[in-house]
Amino acid sequence: MAKDQLMDYQEALDAYEVVIGLEVHVELNTNTKMFCGCANVFGDEPNTNVCPNCLGFPGAMPAVNGKAIENSIKIGLALDCEIAATGRFARKNYFYPDLAKNFQTSQYDEPIAFEGTIDIEVPSGKVFTVAIERAHMEEDAGKLTHVGGSTGRIQGAEFSLVDFNRAGVPLVEIVTKPIYGAGDEAPELAAAYVRSIREIVKNLGVSDARMERGNVRCDANVSIRPKGQEKLGTRTETKNVNSLRSIERAVKYEIQRQAHLLSQGTAIIQETRHWHEDRGATSSGRPKSDADDYRYFPEPDLVPIQPSKEWIEQLRATLPEKPAIRRKRLQDLWGFSDLEFRDVVNSDLLDEIDDTVKAGAKPQAARKWWTGELARIANSEDKDIAELSITPLQVAQIAALVESGKLTDRLAREVLTGVLAGEGNPEEIVAKRGLEVVSDDGALLAAIDKVLYEQPDVLEKIREGKLQAAGAVIGAVMKAMAGSADAARVRELVIQRANEL
Amino acid sequence: MSVLNKSAHELASMLVSKEISSVELTKAQLENIDRLNPKLNSYLTVTHELALTQARQVDELRAKGEKLSALAGVPIAVKDNLTTIGIATTAGSKILKGWIPPYNATVVEKILSHRMPILGKTNLDEFAMGSSTENSAYGPSLNPWDLARTPGGSGGGSSSAVASMQAPLALGSDTGGSIRFPAAVTGTVGVKPTYGAVSRYGLIALGSSLDQVGPVTRNVLDAAMLHDVIAGHDQMDATSLSESLGSMTEAAKNDSVKGLKIGIIKELTGEGFQAGVSERFQEALELLVAAGAEIVEVSCPSFQYAIAAYYLIQPAEASSNLARFDSVRFGLRVMPEGAATVEKVMAATREAGFGAEVKRRIILGTYALSSGYYDAYYGSAQKVRTLIQADLAKAFEKADVLVSPTAPTTAFLLGEKQEDPLAMYLNDIATIPANLAGIPGMSLPVGLASEDNLPVGAQFLAPARQDARLYKVGAVLEKLLENKWSKSMLEFAPELKVN
Amino acid sequence: MSEITPELVRHLAGLARIEVSEAEVAQFASQLALIVESVATVKAAVSDDIVATSHPIPMANVFREDVVRPSLTQEQALSGAADSESGRFKVSAILDED
Repeated sequence: MAKDQLMDYQEALDAYEVVIGLEVHVELNTNTKMFCGCANVFGDEPNTNVCPNCLGFPGAMPAVNGKAIENSIKIGLALDCEIAATGRFARKNYFYPDLAKNFQTSQYDEPIAFEGTIDIEVPSGKVFTVAIERAHMEEDAGKLTHVGGSTGRIQGAEFSLVDFNRAGVPLVEIVTKPIYGAGDEAPELAAAYVRSIREIVKNLGVSDARMERGNVRCDANVSIRPKGQEKLGTRTETKNVNSLRSIERAVKYEIQRQAHLLSQGTAIIQETRHWHEDRGATSSGRPKSDADDYRYFPEPDLVPIQPSKEWIEQLRATLPEKPAIRRKRLQDLWGFSDLEFRDVVNSDLLDEIDDTVKAGAKPQAARKWWTGELARIANSEDKDIAELSITPLQVAQIAALVESGKLTDRLAREVLTGVLAGEGNPEEIVAKRGLEVVSDDGALLAAIDKVLYEQPDVLEKIREGKLQAAGAVIGAVMKAMAGSADAARVRELVIQRANEL
Repeated sequence: MSVLNKSAHELASMLVSKEISSVELTKAQLENIDRLNPKLNSYLTVTHELALTQARQVDELRAKGEKLSALAGVPIAVKDNLTTIGIATTAGSKILKGWIPPYNATVVEKILSHRMPILGKTNLDEFAMGSSTENSAYGPSLNPWDLARTPGGSGGGSSSAVASMQAPLALGSDTGGSIRFPAAVTGTVGVKPTYGAVSRYGLIALGSSLDQVGPVTRNVLDAAMLHDVIAGHDQMDATSLSESLGSMTEAAKNDSVKGLKIGIIKELTGEGFQAGVSERFQEALELLVAAGAEIVEVSCPSFQYAIAAYYLIQPAEASSNLARFDSVRFGLRVMPEGAATVEKVMAATREAGFGAEVKRRIILGTYALSSGYYDAYYGSAQKVRTLIQADLAKAFEKADVLVSPTAPTTAFLLGEKQEDPLAMYLNDIATIPANLAGIPGMSLPVGLASEDNLPVGAQFLAPARQDARLYKVGAVLEKLLENKWSKSMLEFAPELKVN
Repeated sequence: MSEITPELVRHLAGLARIEVSEAEVAQFASQLALIVESVATVKAAVSDDIVATSHPIPMANVFREDVVRPSLTQEQALSGAADSESGRFKVSAILDED
C-alpha cells in the first residue's frame, strides 16, 4: 500500500479552511439490549446472550428497552437538545454478516433528540460552541472475527466468525453539525469534544464511557476548502479511532493528506477511511457503493415514542452539572492553577482525582499521585491509567498514610506498587511488608548512636555547627533502617544527639 | 356422522362427557390425514407422534379431574409460517427447508397451554405471498370441492385441511386476505382479527403492518372459541393491543340482528364480480333483512387505490423482512462455484432458495423504498391508508358492519392465473382494505355459485376493536342459512375420491 | 414515472442480494413495469397534506423493563447454522480481494 504524501500542517492551514464533523456512538450500560431482554454484558462465551430477536430469526420481534429511552433523553437534555414530541424507529437496510436482520433498527427523520449545543474548551483555553444536529437511538451489530489472513483484518482472511452477543446493545449516536473555524485547533477540538461527551455520559451514569472498551466510539469527518471558497470540500469519514489521542492524530493526518492532494489538483474521494494507530495514518476503507441507499422506512414492529412533558422535566431535574460548570467548581474548590487543572483534564484524570478527594485525600496530594507516579507507571507499561488495578479510595488511603507520617513518599510508592500487583489494600500491604515508618525514637537513637560512635570526627563537625556533615550520618542511619525511617526526623535526632553526646 | 365431520365445539363437549378420548379423536384425524393428504397436500409436516403424546397427556389430566380449557384435547393444524419448537417450519419455501425453530410463536404457546394437540403444519404460498398455494415450493394444495382447483391462498393448506376433515380447525395468517379468501373458496369460516388483537411474535413476517394470525374453522362458534384462545396482549409484540376485546365465544351466542345496520360497500359490488357470487351474496343479505337487519349503502372511493397501495406496502415491508434469509445463521446455504465471498454466497442462496413470486416482490419492494422513489411509491401508499381509514370511519358512522362478497370469483383452476401476476392480485380486491386499515374481517360461506357449484363467501367488516360484531352477525347468518339448507355448508361438498 | 429497465432490475437485485439470470432480468423487467404502471395511480391519489399511516392502530410508548430475560443456549443459537466454529457462526471471507 502506497504511503500518503502529506502537506506540512501549518502550510495546509495557511491555504485551506478546515471543516470537521463528529459522530460519536455511546454504548449504554443498561442491563439488557435495546430491543430484547438479553444481557448487555461484555466478555461472555460467544452467542450465549442471544435470542430469536437479536439473532434475526424468522418471526422474531423487537421490544424496546424503556431504560434506554430514558438514558437517551438524558443525553439529549445534557446536550441542551430539544426532545422530540414524537420519536420513531426506522429500519436502515443493508446486508452484512454481523447484522442479524440485515437491517439495523435505528432512527431516521424522527430522532429522540435534536438541535443541541455544547461548549468545548481546547488546551489553548479557547472555547468553541459546537452545534449538535441530533442524538438518536440504534442497536449495535455483532462482532466479526476474521480468520486466516496475516493480521486478523478483513483483507486476505479465509473466513469469518460471527458472535452476536454484542448485536442489539443500545447505542446512542450523537452527530454534530459541521464545525467551522477551528483552524489549526481542529484536531484538539475534536479530541476535546469527545472527551466532554465521555464526561457527560459517564456522569449521567448511562455509559461506562471507556474508549478502549468501545463504549464510546468516534467517527471523524474532515473536509477542507481553499480559503475564501464558499462551497464545502469533499469530506472523508475516518473510523476506528479508538482513543482521544487517535482522534487528534487522525484529524491532523486527514487535513495534511487532503491538503496535499488538493494542492496537486487531485480530487478528494468521498469515502470511509480507517485509522491505523501503529502507522499513524489513515487508509481507504470499504468503497461506499450501494451502501448509501439504506431505504429507510418507519419500523412497523415498533410504535412511536411520545415522551410526556412531565417525564422530560423529571429527567431534566436529575441531570448532573455540565462539564464546564463542574470543572470550574472543582478547580475553585481544589485551588488548582489553570495550568495544573488543564493538565488534569487533558490527562483524563478529573474523575479519578475527584473520587480520590471525596475519599479524603487533599486535592494536591491526589493530583500528585495520579498525574505523577500513576501516570508514569501507566506510561511505562503502555497502559491506560484507567486500566491500572487501583481505586481512588486506595490512592486516598495511601495519601492519608503519608499525611499522618506513617509512610514516607518512598515507602508510599512501594505500597502503591503492592496495590497494583494485587497484594491488597494499602494498610494490609504496610502490615505485610512491615513498611511503616519507624516512629519509635528509641530505635532511631540506637542507630544514630551507633553511627556517631563509629565516626567521632563527624560527631565533632556537627557539634561545631557544620550541619552538612549530618548528611552522611542520616544516610547511614537510613540505610541501617532499610528506609523505614523518616529522614526529617532522623536529621532532627542526629543534631540533637550530637549535641547531647 | 363420523367424528371427523363434527365441529370443534361438539368435539369439545364429547371430550368433556368422555364420549370420546383425545387420543381416539386425534388418531382418527391422523388416519384421515394419511388417507387424504398425499392427494390434497394440505400438510407439509404431519406430527403423528407429537400429536398423540399431547392427546395422551390431556386424557390423563382429564381422567385426574383436572380443570381444562374449553378446547382442550381438540387437535389443530398450524399454518407453516408460525414457528414451532421441534417441528420443521418452512414458510412454504426452499430457503427454510427442514428448519427447526428453537422457539414457539406466542399463538402456538397458547394452543399448547390450552392443550390442543398439534396435527402438523399446513401448506401456504411461499412466505404467504400468493392466493392459491401455487407459489409453495412444496407443491400446491388442492381444493376438496374440486381437485382441479386451488383452495385459495396463501393459507390454502389450512383451509383445505379443515374443509376436507383433516383437522377440525386450524390457525392461519392474513396479510391481504390469506385467511378470508381460502375460506370463501373452500366453504369454511375464516377471520382476520383487528391488527394487534393477536400476537405476531413467531409469525414469519410478510407485511408487518398488515399481518394478523386468525382462526380457520368450519363454523362461527369454533372460530370464536379459537379466537378467544389466541387473542390477547403479548409483551413480545409491541404492536399488540393492551386491552382485551371481550369474549368472542359469548358474541357467537348472539341470536338476533334486529336493528343491525349493515353497510353494502358500493365499490365492492356489481361489475367484476361473478354473477353466481353476487347472487348468493344478495340472498344472504335478504335473509338478514328478513331477520330484522337494515341495509344501507356506503361508499369508500379510496378503495380504488387499495390494491395499488397494498402492492407497494407489502412488498416493501417484505423486502426488508426477508433480508434475514442470507445463509448465515439458519436455513439454506448455497455455495457458488469457485472461491466465494459471503456476499456471493448470500446472493446464490437467495437465488436458489426463493421462488419467482418472492423474488418479484422483493425487487418491487426494494424499488418502492429506494431513494428517489420513496415518496412516489411507499410514502404515497401509506397515505392511501389514511384515506381508506377515513372512508371506513365515515362508513361506520352509518353502519355497524360492512359487507361484500369476499372474493370476485369462486375457486379458480390450477394454473389459471399463473401467467399474469396482476390477475392474481385482483382476487384480493375485497379483502385488502381491512389489512390496510387494521380492521377485523370475517368470511363465512353463503352457498354455492350456480355456474359451478363452488362455494361463495360473504365478508363482514367491523370497526377496529369491534371483532365481536363479526361473530354476532356471523352466528345469526350461519343459523339462517343452515335452516334454509337444512344442513351445513360442507355437507354440500362432493365426496372426496383420492385413489 | 420511471422505466423499469433491465439495468434497474439488476441494480435492485444487487441491493437485495439476489442473483438473477438474464432471462429473469428480462421477465422481471416487463412484469414489474406492468405492476409499477398500475401502482403509479397511488401517487396521483394523494396530496401533500395527507399524513402517512405507518401503524394502522395508533399506539405509543410501549416499553419493557430493563430486566434480563432468559437467552437461548449457544447450542440453540447455532442449531440451524450451516457452519459454525468455536461457538460462532462461520461465513466465507467478506471481501473479494484486498
